[in-house]
Amino acid sequence: MWKTILRRLLIIIPEIIALSILVFLLAKAMPGDPFTGSINPHASLAHIHHLMRINGLYDPWYQQYWNWVVHLFHGNLGMSYEYQEPVTRIVGERAINTLWLAVFATVMTYAIGLPVGLYAGRHQNSRSDHAIRIYTYVTLSVPFFVVLVLGLWIFGYMLGWFPTTGSINTNAAPGMGSVISRIQHIVLPGLLQAFFSLTGIVQYLRSEVIDATHSDYVRTARSKGVPVRDVFRHHIFRNSLLPITATAGYAITGLLGGSVFTETIFSYPGMGLLFVSAINYRDYTVITALVLLFGFLNMLGTLLSDIIMAAVDPRIRIE
Amino acid sequence: MAQNDNLEKKSSISAEDLARLSKEAEEEATPSSRKIIWNEFKADKAAMTSVIIIVAFILFVVIASFFIPAHDYKEVNIMSYFNKPFTPDFWLGADSSGRSIAKLLIVGSRNSIGIAIGLTFISGAFGIAYGLISGYFGGITDMIMSRIYDFMIMLPQLMFIIVLVTIIQNYNAVTLTLILSLFQWMGTSRLIRSRSLAESRKDYVAASKTSGTGNFRIIFREIMPNISSLIIVEMTLSFAANLGVETGLSFLGFGLPNGTPSLGTLMANATDPTNITQYWWTWIFAAIEIIVLCLAVSYVGQALRRAADSSQRLGME
Repeated sequence: MWKTILRRLLIIIPEIIALSILVFLLAKAMPGDPFTGSINPHASLAHIHHLMRINGLYDPWYQQYWNWVVHLFHGNLGMSYEYQEPVTRIVGERAINTLWLAVFATVMTYAIGLPVGLYAGRHQNSRSDHAIRIYTYVTLSVPFFVVLVLGLWIFGYMLGWFPTTGSINTNAAPGMGSVISRIQHIVLPGLLQAFFSLTGIVQYLRSEVIDATHSDYVRTARSKGVPVRDVFRHHIFRNSLLPITATAGYAITGLLGGSVFTETIFSYPGMGLLFVSAINYRDYTVITALVLLFGFLNMLGTLLSDIIMAAVDPRIRIE
Repeated sequence: MAQNDNLEKKSSISAEDLARLSKEAEEEATPSSRKIIWNEFKADKAAMTSVIIIVAFILFVVIASFFIPAHDYKEVNIMSYFNKPFTPDFWLGADSSGRSIAKLLIVGSRNSIGIAIGLTFISGAFGIAYGLISGYFGGITDMIMSRIYDFMIMLPQLMFIIVLVTIIQNYNAVTLTLILSLFQWMGTSRLIRSRSLAESRKDYVAASKTSGTGNFRIIFREIMPNISSLIIVEMTLSFAANLGVETGLSFLGFGLPNGTPSLGTLMANATDPTNITQYWWTWIFAAIEIIVLCLAVSYVGQALRRAADSSQRLGME
């Protein structure tokens, strides 16, 4: 067990280095330099060159990369051109919003996905199983953003059940009022995200349960006289639910990936929306920080899934 | 050549007999997988209808867009500002610049479908080659290629695409397709790799190796034809997914260059709060088209998958 985790941790190190080099090269390829915007029009060319030299912008790229990494470890990601504030502070403010949305969507994904998947597997070929299969077919074929727009239109604008923009009502009362307002803003985008991300869980659970129904241990239990209900509850479901825990890491990765669309469509001030606006303002320090952060979080998500998988299923550890 | 001559001298079968015999053998042999799929497919009425609708629609937008001059969808016409739909001049209404939604939709569909097709072929070809090579050679080659795959799958792909699109100066449809392809080959390669791995353990590959066939000849002339049914299914399903890739990117404003209509830019009309409610016709037709197209293409893909899966056959005999 520990060996597996250690090996997995060793693999992630070169990946992080590769990611950081890639992001660094992307950052270098972006036009502009760190002084754009902070220099007044009267600054002489010589002065700018001097600034660039003392800040190491004429060093060879590996030297610059090294300096960049050192700054990174000190939590120094530079200044945002658009906001004239440290990047870490801006990203931090937005990260909390994205986190709330992701937590809500993850909880919803599992709260809906688990019972639906188990039900579909237990009642294979029933009418509701067919309905669930149509649902997975639709969510796997139709692009995510189209459903988000339709959802916003129907539930946000036409029915008026949910707020359509932002993360909090500006008139919300402090304390409890603001919490309720925040939740109201999260519900629709979170549910729509969950609506998409639970497809994988439903499909996976359904086939797990169907497979388990035909396995030997279930036949043994049945022939011993264990009632069908108990076989499902104590044998099949328990066995099928274990591997699903490993999808948690991937679920986070998927939700982060979708946050660019969700937050843009719902004007929800999280990291995804920050990314799009930073691109539009050519705010390169913010872009670099976000790409790096998202890549890093994706790696953590995958790592988490792999470790849970190894913990839950001993067969994976043998290698 | 010399060997062939030799064989012919030794054989006592006349040319006609040989032709007759090989024809008989052909008839008796199990039909090729492509033939089976085709027979299966013909039996599936709904899938056949979907194919006809998709092909007819693509032909329609390609041909119709030839008759729509560029100034029709590029110039602003203040007189028809948000013209209502279902009127004689504007069947589907007009947008804020007074451009006909119907015309934008036709040209936009052509662009979006064209990019999706290009993307499917480029990323598909790369993914297939990558998966085949990785699975066939195994060992250290496979390990390195799998590491690269693992790394690519972990990148925040949408962000990388958007950053690349903004960095690259004056890009066009071709560069956009190439950038997208960089991040779209992984799904295909993973699927093909596992099949290639299984296939490379089979006897015919071992036999071919023993008789001295080169590795790449085995991979591309022997293994690839054998998994062609899987490739066809995978390409169809990824075409459905790729329709969403470009439209999604254009929706965010990072797809095709400004002024080039796409289903995504039409959808982007919905980002404006007054457009989405009052001027619903500016975006809803594009939304409906994307949904119908994706559902139809992916239905065809699933029908093909059923056809390729011998346990679910309907149409034999």
